[in-house]
This record gives sequence, structure tokens and C-alpha cells, in this order.
Amino acid sequence: MENEMKIKLKVWRQENEKAQGKFEEYDVNTNPDMSFLEMFDVLNEQLITEGKDPVAFDHDCREGICGMCSMVIDGRPHGPKGGITTCQLHMRSFNNGDTISVEPWRANSFPVIKDLSVNRSSFDRIIAAGGFVSVNTGNAVDANSILIPKETADKAFEAATCIGCGACVSACKNASAMLFVGAKVTQLALLPQGQAEREARVVAMVNQMDAEGFGACSNTGACAAECPKEIPLSVIATLNREYMKAKMNGK
Amino acid sequence: MKVLSFLFNSSIGRKFAMALTGIFLITFLLVHCGVNATIFFNDGGETFNEAAEFMGTNWLIRTMEIGLFIGLLWHIFQGLWLWQNNGMRRKQKYGKSAGNANSTWYSRSMGLLGTLLLLFLVLHLKHFWIVSRFTDEITSGQETLYGEMMEVFGADGLISVVVYVLGCISLSYHLLHGFQSAFQSLGINHPAYNPIIKSLGFGFSIIVPLIFAAMPLAMHLGLLQ
Repeated sequence: MENEMKIKLKVWRQENEKAQGKFEEYDVNTNPDMSFLEMFDVLNEQLITEGKDPVAFDHDCREGICGMCSMVIDGRPHGPKGGITTCQLHMRSFNNGDTISVEPWRANSFPVIKDLSVNRSSFDRIIAAGGFVSVNTGNAVDANSILIPKETADKAFEAATCIGCGACVSACKNASAMLFVGAKVTQLALLPQGQAEREARVVAMVNQMDAEGFGACSNTGACAAECPKEIPLSVIATLNREYMKAKMNGK
Repeated sequence: MKVLSFLFNSSIGRKFAMALTGIFLITFLLVHCGVNATIFFNDGGETFNEAAEFMGTNWLIRTMEIGLFIGLLWHIFQGLWLWQNNGMRRKQKYGKSAGNANSTWYSRSMGLLGTLLLLFLVLHLKHFWIVSRFTDEITSGQETLYGEMMEVFGADGLISVVVYVLGCISLSYHLLHGFQSAFQSLGINHPAYNPIIKSLGFGFSIIVPLIFAAMPLAMHLGLLQ
């Protein structure tokens, strides 16, 4: 068939967090219209038929909004294309006969659960430390009762597009979470609802980030370049500014 | 002082300290380069020796020298600490990584470039700073600082010249990332200023090391009297 495509996969297999992992090679018959995750489904069907253990990988919405998929493909988080997640990557981005290497996010703060699936609860703990606003319960407030300039709303939304996938950490040579934390802090610092906890939030989130074992920022820009939502590096500058301001105020 | 403790115990504070000391060292480079460039007047080092005499005896400059060493040591030790500490954040390395697809090699090699600079600096201080501060060679009038330079870089100084040029290349790449990175660490990132910071940083990182490298080269090649 004209549309047939044969590729060789080098996949990281690791039984659990403590086990020693290694690359395994698989031949997969796929076609250019398949998504990268569908190609993995095909591989897993094949492995199950052969009575072997299928490859564990994270996925959920398969439309680029949930932030679950997490594969480092040929050395790049979410693969060779910019601005998309692994689930939005298609086999047409590769050539017939290619050898493709697939690894999990690698960072001490993202321990491997199994194969390509990693534990990202360190991100949850950073959010729990301060990445929220406190509101009174009761009836929903009228949408226009707090006026927010369009420009500010747009900037906040740009930061809010972060899906928390962790590609920034996986791309960073220091496994730093600054782009993720920067996006959350920027979003809430811009909006009136975020003002009450503004200084306490940034200090708490940065403390948690450091405690989780993420590295410091070297400003290489790798995170922003690999971010599927194209969060700009300026959110890190905002985070630095917010943190400094809070610290100078004795927080 | 508690209010400033974040400079020593948080990741952002440490980078803030790197940025502040880095910008301080950049201003020092500008002065150092400006003073030394007087050798290109080609007046047998007369202007240069006068400038060196002023820098060596003026109380304000001598006081600032202490600040310079504090800033330099802070930058060195904090930099080495960050290099070592950041390097431990990914125990299991990638089998295949495509770093060049998302960042420049020199932005990922600041620790290495800084270490090369440090090695160069040890030699550099031995050549000139120790001679002028801790021996009486220059104060007693036996030798001028210009004469000292001629001796180090002269006909027999090929190895020194090569080391100095390599030092300048390391400096150039260190600055190419460091200059603009310092502003980002201080939280300065705005579409209105970014082009100025970028072009100023690029110009500085190329021109200043080039002028520095021209000094030993010109002396070795006998272009200066």
C-alpha cells in the first residue's frame, strides 16, 4: 500500500521507579495519517498479541489540552514540531524507515512510574502551595462586576494556557520549573482576583519549587522553545520581579 | 539582614546575585578595557603608564578594588555552586538530546566558560596584579607596567599570547549569554527594552574581548613600540 510506513522505535523501558531502565527496539508498521500516540497503540496491540508487556505512556484528551502526554522524541519534548503536544504530532512528520527514540521526561523531581510515564505530583504540590485564589462561596459573581482591561486579560490568558505538562522541565538542562511557576504566578499577579495573596503566593510557590528539587534558571530559553503552548520567557522575568518585590517587602 | 537572606538561600535570589555581580563585572571590564586601550596611542606606553599609576594610587579606585574582588569572588563561588547544584537535578541523563534545537551551546556552558575564564584569570593576576601590588618592581621604578606587558607578550611570549586570546574567546561567549541573561534574572524583559539589551549585549560581547585580544597580539607582532 502506498500509505504504508515502517519505522524502528527505540523505546525506554523501565519496570518501576527503582528499576534500571534500558532502550528496547521495536519495528512498527504505521501510516502517515496516524498520530504518534495511535502509533503507540498499534505497537501495544502488537506487544499484547505477542504476549509481551505493553509500553506504559500517559495520555488523556488526545487533543492538546490536558497536558498528560509526555514523551521526549528524538531528544525533544513533544517531538520535533513546535507548539504542539505529543498527541498532536503525526507520523507524517517522520520518514519511512526512520529510527525514532522515545524517552520519558527526565528529572529527579519527575520520577518514572513505569516506562514513559512519570510522576508529576511535584507540580501539584507547587500549585497547592499558592497557585490559587481564595474566594467566598455563594452565588457566582456577575462576569462583569470586576472590570479587567482587555490587554491585561489577554496577557493573563496567554500565561493561563499552560497545561502543566512539564515539557519545560524536561527540556531544561537544570530540570528547572521556572517557566511553569512563572506562568502560574504571572497569570494570577495580573488579575484583580489574585492581588490579596500576591506576595505570599510567589514566595510559597518558589519555596515549594526549590524544596521539590527543581534546578535554578540559566536563561537558556530551552523551556519556552519547547513549550507546546508557547509560553514566553517573559513570564520568568515576571516571576523574578514578583519574587524580589515580595522579598524586599519582608515576605 | 534577614530581608537579604534570599540572595543566599533561594534559587531566584542566587540568580539575582549572579546578575548583580555580573553587571558589576561588566562595568569593570569597560573601565579596564578603556584604560588598557591607551597602549594603542603607540607612545611607548607613556599614557598607559600614567593611567596605571593613577589607578594604582588613587584611594577611590583602590577602595573599589576591594569591592571588585568581593564581587568577583561572589560571582565565582555562587556560579560554581549553581553549576554543580544544577548539574545534579537530572540523575538519569537523556539517551538522545537535541539541545541545539532549543538553545545555544554557550548558554548551556556558562559554568565551563566561567571556569576557563577563572583559569585564565589566575595567570593574568600573576602576570600583572601580583607584580604591581606585591613586588616593588614597578613602585621602585625598575620597570613600568607597560614594560611588564612587553615582557610577557614579547618575542618569547607566544604561549602567553595564545592563552590570552583563548581567554578572550571564552570571555566573549560568556558575555554573549551573560549580558542579556543578567537583565532577565533581574526581571527586566519588555518588548520596548529587549532589542536595546540584545544589541548592546551583542556589541559589548564582541568588541570588548576583541580589543583585549588585540593587545597581546599587537605586542607580540611588534606593532607597538
